[in-house]
Amino acid sequence: MALDSKIPKGPLADKWTNHKNSINLVNPANKRLIDVIVVGTGLAGGSAAATLAELGYNVKAFCFQDSPRRAHSIAAQGGINAAKNYQGDGDSTYRLFYDTVKGGDYRSREANVYRLAEVSANIIDQCVAQGVPFAREYGGLLDNRSFGGVLVSRTFYAAGQTGQQLLLGAYSALNRQIGRGKVKMYNRHEMLDVVVVNGKARGIIARNMITGEIERHSAHAVVLGTGGYGNVFFLSTNAMGSNVTAAWKAHKRGAYFANPCYTQIHPTCIPVSGDHQSKLTLMSESLRNDGRIWVPKHMKDVEAIRAGKLKPTDLAEEDRDYYLERRYPAFGNLVPRDVASRAAKERCDAGYGVNATGEAVYLDFASAIKRYGKEQAHIKGLDENDAALVKQLGQDVVRTKYGNLFQMYEKIVDQNPYETPMMIYPAVHYTMGGVWVDYNLQTTVPGLYCIGEANFSDHGANRLGASALMQGLADGYFVLPYTIGDYLADDIRTGPISTDSPAFEEAEKSVRDNINHLINNNGKYSVDHFHKKLGKIMWNKCGMARNEQGLKEAITEIAELRAEFWKDVKVPGTNDEFNEELAKALRVADFLELGELFAKDALLREESAGGHFREEYQTEEGEAKRRKEFQYVAAWEYKGEPKDAVLHKEDLVYENIEVKERSYK
Amino acid sequence: MSGILNSSIGRKFAMALSALFLMIFLLQHFVINFSSVISADAFNNMSHFMGTNWLIQYVMQPVLILGVIFHFVMGFVLEIKNKKARNISYAKNNGGANSSWMSRNMIYSGLFILIFLVIHFIDFWIPEINTKYIQGDMSGLLPNGEYRYYEELVHKFAPIWRVALYCLGFVFLSLHLLHGFMSAFQSVGANNKYTQGLKGFGKAYAIIIPLGFIVIALFHHFNH
Amino acid sequence: MNLTLKIWRQKNANDKGKMVDYPISDISPDMSFLEMLDVLNEQLINKGEEPVAFDHDCREGICGMCSLYINGEAHGPDRGVTTCQLHMRMFKDGDTIYIEPFRAAAFPVIKDLVVDRSAFDRIQHAGGFISVNTSGNTIDANAIPVNKHDADDAFAAATCIGCGACVASCKNSSAMLFVGAKVSQFALLPQGQVEATDRVLNMVKQMDEEGFGNCTNTGACEVECPKGISLENIARMNREYLKASLKG
Repeated sequence: MALDSKIPKGPLADKWTNHKNSINLVNPANKRLIDVIVVGTGLAGGSAAATLAELGYNVKAFCFQDSPRRAHSIAAQGGINAAKNYQGDGDSTYRLFYDTVKGGDYRSREANVYRLAEVSANIIDQCVAQGVPFAREYGGLLDNRSFGGVLVSRTFYAAGQTGQQLLLGAYSALNRQIGRGKVKMYNRHEMLDVVVVNGKARGIIARNMITGEIERHSAHAVVLGTGGYGNVFFLSTNAMGSNVTAAWKAHKRGAYFANPCYTQIHPTCIPVSGDHQSKLTLMSESLRNDGRIWVPKHMKDVEAIRAGKLKPTDLAEEDRDYYLERRYPAFGNLVPRDVASRAAKERCDAGYGVNATGEAVYLDFASAIKRYGKEQAHIKGLDENDAALVKQLGQDVVRTKYGNLFQMYEKIVDQNPYETPMMIYPAVHYTMGGVWVDYNLQTTVPGLYCIGEANFSDHGANRLGASALMQGLADGYFVLPYTIGDYLADDIRTGPISTDSPAFEEAEKSVRDNINHLINNNGKYSVDHFHKKLGKIMWNKCGMARNEQGLKEAITEIAELRAEFWKDVKVPGTNDEFNEELAKALRVADFLELGELFAKDALLREESAGGHFREEYQTEEGEAKRRKEFQYVAAWEYKGEPKDAVLHKEDLVYENIEVKERSYK
Repeated sequence: MSGILNSSIGRKFAMALSALFLMIFLLQHFVINFSSVISADAFNNMSHFMGTNWLIQYVMQPVLILGVIFHFVMGFVLEIKNKKARNISYAKNNGGANSSWMSRNMIYSGLFILIFLVIHFIDFWIPEINTKYIQGDMSGLLPNGEYRYYEELVHKFAPIWRVALYCLGFVFLSLHLLHGFMSAFQSVGANNKYTQGLKGFGKAYAIIIPLGFIVIALFHHFNH
Repeated sequence: MNLTLKIWRQKNANDKGKMVDYPISDISPDMSFLEMLDVLNEQLINKGEEPVAFDHDCREGICGMCSLYINGEAHGPDRGVTTCQLHMRMFKDGDTIYIEPFRAAAFPVIKDLVVDRSAFDRIQHAGGFISVNTSGNTIDANAIPVNKHDADDAFAAATCIGCGACVASCKNSSAMLFVGAKVSQFALLPQGQVEATDRVLNMVKQMDEEGFGNCTNTGACEVECPKGISLENIARMNREYLKASLKG
């Protein structure tokens, strides 16, 4: 099947408006006759479910957590971008579009990104109307901060908990519809398959995670907002339950999976402390607004610090290497995430890491505390030369901006970041790749839609900070609810979809077979044993820097590990009860397939772009080297084993933006 | 407005209002009793006024009794409901880590106060009603022509057992008030910039008033 | 570190359940509490026993999924943290640690340490929202200036993660801190005024129907709340409720 991205004709700025004007609509009376399933209740799924219900569709929403409010969007910290230009610093829809495409290293779809930038302003209006308590200035108007990879302040935020506040906004909209009976909410349910009837997605198979019951749910269309697959690395900043299963089952039922190798390794996370570690914790990118990243300039100081003989605060300014400021004077500490991550890795690989494992750099707030302190002292008419007072005032400012992050850091590391620099290191954070969708957010399976992080479209090879929240809400509130109508307009006479068809039978049986196999396997090792092994392979060979040999090894090793998993995994308990190990096993089984496709995709992409860095393809200065012949989306079609997946290319055409060497110098 | 007493917050509000009323009564009671330490005449005059004024006797007294009964009944009702809200208790609970002993044991301090009140009723209120309304002696005078109130007071505080019980009752009242005072204000929604100040005042009230009652009892016990 | 764990085990909602002892050794003080339980579970699985079921997800203190009543306190002895942020350095070698589910009639146990907190969801279905359509055809965000002080207070109330520690810590299993925070967030914002009366009445009604106890202002909830939600929010809810009752 040839890929048709269905990008509307016409000038870039008019595409979305024209498209909305020309697509089919479903009249309000008929919407009542149509059911839509939404899987996942994060920013994308939650906002989509609420909006679809409000439009009049009957919605069934599913989440594996005990409440929709716990979806992992809640953990997003820094902020959400919007081209409001409230600061009057020259921002515009075009500039947000431009920054996003450039930040994504020219590997995203122009029309989608422009639409994202266009609706971004609406998101803020919507959220404020819902009562989302964004940070404000003393005049009562909204405040903004700046994020990596851009030269304007367009990020709206709520302390370090923006994702939480936005999700609670979407959740409140969802609650309103649940209260009205327009959304039927299924908590603690995991989707285990998509049901395709006569070529159209018509339902899902889900497992009730409390009773173990396998349930059939039908609908006229299915929407997946199930997030990213960063947990394929075992250690990531994702929640423990975040998984690829829904997206992967969709893939197995015919949805192409695009650019799986585009993974974002976030530069500012708390370093790994030991083998017991179960997950990694992000320290928001917003910290780079005020924190300066450095390692010691001299190896003797590195050794002294590691041995505990020297405190970082005692190291003189001239003995510190603020390597981002040195290498990228224009953007300094605010270079995009991929660039910052690789720079940290470069320093640590050279031996300058500042903790016992050698994998940590400093993020230092001392100068920001001093700057803010002096400012406050001046405002309050106090003595600007009183160092203790300035420090106190400065710490207060930093506390209001990032208090929750500093507290989180202190609890985990047992060091006070107000007094000593934080230690940070890159960690897997976000996956730009995902289920391939066209301009309407429809996958290659008719009636199956994919939104938010789970799809691939808007961030190219690297996502800019504060863009994920924007995309999730844009898809859920403003894009999908319109575009899905175009498809559903043909379904007004279909009537309820029966769950007794052979397609449902078959899907349920395959789910049951899988579960029975796992439960009865009685192998030797726990699920985590395999997951950790997979994570090691992924991190070492498909991580921040990749090469041909490593990727080839990864492909073989993952395939072997998968075989071992099915042979030797041990899942205690039974199916018909609350069984966390079974849930984990089902997820890891899918990660073990995805991981291989990931490596295969990375091997194919013989270039470096954004989060995908191939050691063979770098500039003399060690920067990512894009290649024109790879200016396409790699969409994979499932053919049994990951190694047999068939590649389809969607060429990326840039008509409104000049493809340039990405430079942040 | 209807059915407000069926809601949790409505009950809590009613509980607080009755508490605030009782605290005002307590203050008034204290002022009169304390006058006995300073001047027997002042005490006699005030007592006679309180004991014979129709507004106090026929309006305020029933309101007070109703208030007391309501506060106790509602307290027990809420306690039972609250106990039911946790059907299985913790194997280990460290309540002291997050709340005061007083706040967790209002029901017990309340029960002690109830016992005290019952005795107080039998000991003081019933004889008083007997004298005034059954015997019909509204004069407030002893056979020698003097007011009987101060004499009776002194007489009551003579036995050590009554003084001891009296003191114990007020210790529990103090414990009850140490949580109850601020709790009542919080329940009616008063939590603002004045709260810190009010907390200090509440503590002072909860200690000074019961202590004052104890001082009165001891004063008369040891002075006569 | 070597520890003795006393853990509540309960097969399902109908099982009676009991405390069971588990010795555990070689625990690093840098582990989080849940990582310690991961170690225990790995050992149980390898021994062929059933692992202990507990709720958890983000493991960074924001999703509110983790619970646990540890040594008599919700989220354990540390302050301002959820169980996933509690680290083993808070304990000493040789300690005995009690681990129980959050207890409340309104939070029935599903299995072991996992409880059903959907009562919180239902309270919010009853009114935890502002009824604006999600069409995006709203007024410009800056057309509604909000006093910074109120905005900050609304935000502070909105940081509630809905974990249920307030209910678990309260001797009465009262949910008033949670509901107070929800009511306050909207009560403090101009956008929330239109529906203020119905919101507080409906949410309190649902709260009562769920079987939570009444508040006696012990303040335990505020102390144990991992997000430091203030008692002021309960007072505000009380005011809002009385206002609404007089009106409606």
